[in-house]
Amino acid sequence: MNQSQDQICDVLRSGHSACPGCGVAIGMRMVLSALGNRAVVVLVPSCVSVIAGMYPYSALNVPIHHAPFEAAAAAASGIVNAFKMLGKEDIPILSFAGDGGTFDIGLQSLSGAADRNENFIYVCMDNEAYMNTGIQVSSATPQYAWTGTTPLGKPRRKKNIMDIMAAHSIPYAATASIGFPDDLTNKIQKAKEIRGTRFLHVLSPCNTGWKLPEDLSPKIARLSVETNVFPLFEIEEEGRSYVINYPSKGLPVEKYLMIQGRYKHLTSQQIKEIQLETDYNWTMLQKKAAK
Amino acid sequence: MKQFITGNHAVAMAVRLCKPQVVAAYPITPATPIYEKLSDWDAAGELEGIMMRVESEHSAMAACFSASLAGARTFTATSSQGLALMHEVLHYAAGCRTAVVMACVNRIMAVPWGFWSDQTDTLSQRDTGWIQLYCEDNQEALDTTIQAFRLAEEVLLPVMVVLEANFISHFMEPVDVPDQNLVDRFLPEPALPQRFDIDNPGFVAATVNQKQYFEFRRISQEAMIYALEALERIDEDFSNAFGRGYGLMESVHCEDAELVLLTTATITSTARVALEKLRKKGHRVGLLKLRVFRPFPTAALRSVLDNVPRIAVIERNLSLGREGIFCSEAKAGITNISRHPQIQGYLAGIGGTNVSPRLIEQIAMHAMSLERVQDEPIWMMEE
Repeated sequence: MNQSQDQICDVLRSGHSACPGCGVAIGMRMVLSALGNRAVVVLVPSCVSVIAGMYPYSALNVPIHHAPFEAAAAAASGIVNAFKMLGKEDIPILSFAGDGGTFDIGLQSLSGAADRNENFIYVCMDNEAYMNTGIQVSSATPQYAWTGTTPLGKPRRKKNIMDIMAAHSIPYAATASIGFPDDLTNKIQKAKEIRGTRFLHVLSPCNTGWKLPEDLSPKIARLSVETNVFPLFEIEEEGRSYVINYPSKGLPVEKYLMIQGRYKHLTSQQIKEIQLETDYNWTMLQKKAAK
Repeated sequence: MKQFITGNHAVAMAVRLCKPQVVAAYPITPATPIYEKLSDWDAAGELEGIMMRVESEHSAMAACFSASLAGARTFTATSSQGLALMHEVLHYAAGCRTAVVMACVNRIMAVPWGFWSDQTDTLSQRDTGWIQLYCEDNQEALDTTIQAFRLAEEVLLPVMVVLEANFISHFMEPVDVPDQNLVDRFLPEPALPQRFDIDNPGFVAATVNQKQYFEFRRISQEAMIYALEALERIDEDFSNAFGRGYGLMESVHCEDAELVLLTTATITSTARVALEKLRKKGHRVGLLKLRVFRPFPTAALRSVLDNVPRIAVIERNLSLGREGIFCSEAKAGITNISRHPQIQGYLAGIGGTNVSPRLIEQIAMHAMSLERVQDEPIWMMEE
């Protein structure tokens, strides 16, 4: 990692209320330590806001705004413009939302803010379901994954949020993973230097919802990249330039899926389908990156 | 300087004079002209703040209350469905003790669909913790907007300036538009708390336990009650500076009245005409105009109605299954007067139907002729 342990602990402090081994808490810590504590953070109701703690305490050593669920991007935009008028334009604003707050209920305000190219960093901590309310399906839940509201597995595929963001012609969008801390840190630091709407999609495994042992979040996050289920890439030049940051290891998806209790019901046919889908997505991404 | 302008234009003028730093808006008939006017001035470089052209009213309010927390003076305008969409965020704006000012143009709530004046849209935001001020005409819409910024920033509660669709929003009247330097003297530069301080980081809108919630609500209630005296004082200052004042309410000929007509907004100006005719015919009728709805001016209401035997509330809104909302509020407001005055509710102007001086005269005669008032509201519409 690029930064010392001291600096890291300074921004997300001990005493936070995440579950043991939580991938979101690990991701928040990486994002915040890369951002530094001279920043303002917007949270919306999610695991992130729970992790931040209860009044009068705060686990984050930055000013926090706990905004309405579907309005992370709108609330951040408001602060950005107020800061512009108050001569505080140099203070970065970063918005955290979960996959529900990004892919589903918050998509409209995110789209509006991205369309206006509001000057803030938006980080989606994707744990692939409504984990804070106890594991219900979202449009970020992958196909066939078990959730409390898809007991037979989700019938539809995961929504492609990166292409949606690319279609907004924003200056920077990237995927990142808690399994690749240096890559994640570099992306936050890079995003910090860019003006306009910057979007990071961070896969943050949820031990509880994915039915994983407590010590496996970083490992499963690495496997998601190494199996091409969640490739690491950046989109620049207003959505026109794709760059892949981690070459394919080509590990079979089965290696990623079968550690997770949420996939334990999969048939061999379903695993095959997920492999085909993953291969197709990887090929499409390579084509975009080759342009 | 007097200008012949619509109520929407008057509100936009007031907003420009008050120099909000962040305006976030979304179009909705009949409030859109406020947004358009401000956009014209923004394009001409005549607006000091930033105009955010957001993608929904929900986001407009999210941006405004967040900007207000950051320390900026903020404004938005909306109506009806847009206001309803904001509902969740209205609670945030008040709960966070922000100073957002919003112009609300009363329009019927769908369904059925329409664009006509009806106050149910703003009145059904009653419990969101916003101060609500109802305007009688274009001049009052302009003046109230200026007062609203000062009130919101003093008491740290958001304020709705309420004007009616068409009758105010689109009708033109001569309006005295004050000079910038007078407004600057009346309304100081914003000095709001800046809640996102990187040197002293805090957690805005954090999760609380039951007892903490209880205490926060108590503090907000105290602020609301304090807002009444603040508004009275601010209105007095305004009156000294601009030669026009409105108080919390206005009573006309109530001292010897056998019947008081209780009205708000544009029905009031029509009732003034009817009142003159009724008085000329020898009827002892008075008029009480309510201007502030939240916080509710119970003591002021009681002081006017203390010796009045009968009250007729004439209003353009309805809480289905009950009655007009001002009628319910007035009943609750006078309930501790030992000599229980009688109140009859009249629903007039529902759906934006016309309320003429003649209709109001009819209502007054009807109210005086009743042997006993009834619990149910009486529907009145001109043929």
